[in-house]
Amino acid sequence: MAEQTEKINVTIDGKTIAVNPETTILNAARIIGGEVAPPAMCYYSSLEGSGGKCRTCLVEVSKGSEKDPRPMPDLVASCCTPVMDGMEVKNKTSERVNDARQGVVEFLLINHPLDCPICDQAGECHLQDLAFEHGLEKTRYEFKRRTFDKIDIGEYIKLHMTRCILCYRCVYTADQLTNKREHGVMKRGDAAEISTYIQNALDNDFIGNVIDVCPVGALTDKTFRFRSRVWYTKPMDAHRDCKKCSGRAVTWMIGDEIARITARKDQFGEVKEFICNECRFDKKEKTDWVIEGPRHIDRHSVISANKYEEPIPEHTPLLNKA
Amino acid sequence: MARKLLLENAHIEGIHTYDVYRKNGGYRSVEKALKSMSPEDVVEEVKKSGLRGRGGAGFPTGMKWGFIAKPEGVPRHLLCNADESEPGTFKDRYLMEKIPHLLIEGMIVSSFALGANHSYIYIRGEYMYVLRILETAIAEAYANGWLGKNIMGSGFNLDLSVSPGAGAYICGEETALIESLEGKRGNPRMKPPFPAVRGLWQRPTVVNNVETIAAVVPIVNEGGDAYAQIGIGRSTGTKLISAGGNINKPGVYEIEMNITVEEFIYSDTYCGGIKNGKKLKACVPGGSSVPILPHYLVSKTAAGQDRLMTYESLSDGGFATGSMLGSGGFIVYDEDQCIVRNTWNFTRFYHHESCGQCSPCREGTGWMEKVLHRLENGHGKIEDIDLLWDIQRKIEGNTICPLGDAAAWPVASAIRHFREEFAWHVKEPKACLERNYGLVADRTFETVTA
Repeated sequence: MAEQTEKINVTIDGKTIAVNPETTILNAARIIGGEVAPPAMCYYSSLEGSGGKCRTCLVEVSKGSEKDPRPMPDLVASCCTPVMDGMEVKNKTSERVNDARQGVVEFLLINHPLDCPICDQAGECHLQDLAFEHGLEKTRYEFKRRTFDKIDIGEYIKLHMTRCILCYRCVYTADQLTNKREHGVMKRGDAAEISTYIQNALDNDFIGNVIDVCPVGALTDKTFRFRSRVWYTKPMDAHRDCKKCSGRAVTWMIGDEIARITARKDQFGEVKEFICNECRFDKKEKTDWVIEGPRHIDRHSVISANKYEEPIPEHTPLLNKA
Repeated sequence: MARKLLLENAHIEGIHTYDVYRKNGGYRSVEKALKSMSPEDVVEEVKKSGLRGRGGAGFPTGMKWGFIAKPEGVPRHLLCNADESEPGTFKDRYLMEKIPHLLIEGMIVSSFALGANHSYIYIRGEYMYVLRILETAIAEAYANGWLGKNIMGSGFNLDLSVSPGAGAYICGEETALIESLEGKRGNPRMKPPFPAVRGLWQRPTVVNNVETIAAVVPIVNEGGDAYAQIGIGRSTGTKLISAGGNINKPGVYEIEMNITVEEFIYSDTYCGGIKNGKKLKACVPGGSSVPILPHYLVSKTAAGQDRLMTYESLSDGGFATGSMLGSGGFIVYDEDQCIVRNTWNFTRFYHHESCGQCSPCREGTGWMEKVLHRLENGHGKIEDIDLLWDIQRKIEGNTICPLGDAAAWPVASAIRHFREEFAWHVKEPKACLERNYGLVADRTFETVTA
């Protein structure tokens, strides 16, 4: 089948690539890679239905297709707009896009507590990276920020809604990885909150993955909270025999001790193989795992500037600039 | 007296009952369509009529019907959008309350045209008493053989259900309506795919406004060409206008789309002039989300022509000097009304109704509301005006559904036309709490810039 489908051409920021029809602009840009790929806070390729919500991946379509070359009037969300043959897209090269993206980052931050110094996600936070790259230096918001109380959802997970950007990723994860739905969004508008059904505990073998998909510090690992800043830990690829999942994970080490375990994320911060709770929370002895070697953390994250590995120039352009 | 197509019989005693409605020529269009027309003929008549969606966007109905996908063996659906929640609009309620059978008749003919065998009326939760009126009428229609299996021996089956919302403005957006009808949270869907391809339960679906569906009845009865005779240009037929605000005779009026705005406001047939002999200050011609017009742009366009109650004339001049016909929620402001307060009130509504799915609308509407609240209460800063402009600019066009645009446009137009009044609120913080700015200066058209 794969050979029979004809590839179509799409040009993003002047770079042309041939992709399968039905590919979204975002995925085409990710194939090109580097600076061309728009940031995405809510889209998650392995979660069905995700995307379109955060609006950080907005791009300008300057030519609709070969057949209908008219540009699209509004900016479109690249994560859910399929490419057309001959389509021309502007991402970083478009003033409109940069302006709109700056606006989106500002909107995402006006109700965010900006408490990075005391947030566990700092250092591997997508919102932090996004604000660093696209945000304003100073906030223009002068009102009280939205706050919530912290909620324990289950034995292992802490929910701090104040930091949430309502990307819905954890909702889709809980919905699609687990068979009983008890986790969703309540209320609407800027009062909307992620919640469990009447503060139920989430106990499911795979529920720990909501921590990995959360782009900000709203869902954190209670077995790791406040133990260390992530950039003091060393990520190592590791695996073990697991009956429930692939057992392929990352162990984050402090010295010889395993501080925490996460799933493996690709260069866009997405988990491809979800791991089970047993691997994530219960197997914290070094003897439980076969350590493969240092894990390279791609792209933005400050972890990739860590001393354990030489930074790779193409993946950390902004850090090199500084 | 202008011709009425929808509300012609609305004054008749007991028209909401089946017997009276039938005696006054009701269900003629169903007889005509089912006995002598094919579904394609009905679609063709609607295309000829030039009918445009009455819910706000004004998209040609015939074209929308033409888009519906017709895969083999997949049921199609017609949904009636009765989730009328736009501030200033109350025409659908009036129509459903007075002549519920007209909507049911329209639903039967439209469902026949689209090949839908189960259609739904999604009604706003606050209209619970209207829902009961509709359910009574639907039961009468079933009892008399207009709904159910094999209607009039034509072999066409149709079930019609009414489903109430839970009071969310966002569920008037067609994909949010579909989600809500499916029993989910009323969040708009990403488009494409459009409902015409994958709508209710992933089946091809058409969503039309109450008035649009009701207008199909006179189109089938009298023919599309006759309907297209009424009105001017691409604005054909009659339109229900819900007139409100500082006028002598607020209410629902059916107009032919060829009268001037001036006639509509000042003629005794319609609004009957401004209340208490005051002067006109501003007008929102199509429900709260369309741009507000200052008095000097209400009766004349920027080009100096008479402004008519049509889709084209009201939007003449784009957003710089024009507005939109929208859903027909015609709100008139006299010289005693405060534009800042009005804008704040509208924004408060959009803040409350934002679904919270996409970030510009979720965060931006609340931010605008807070800034406007500050301005209105005399704590504003002069930079706030530019800040508001910048926020609305970053919301508009960057959201999933049109609610973001609807929240941005009233703010943009108020600043565009009434910037002095916003500045006055900053400069005179005490006075703005006690009295009103008054009439806006009659600026020349050249100074009106975006």
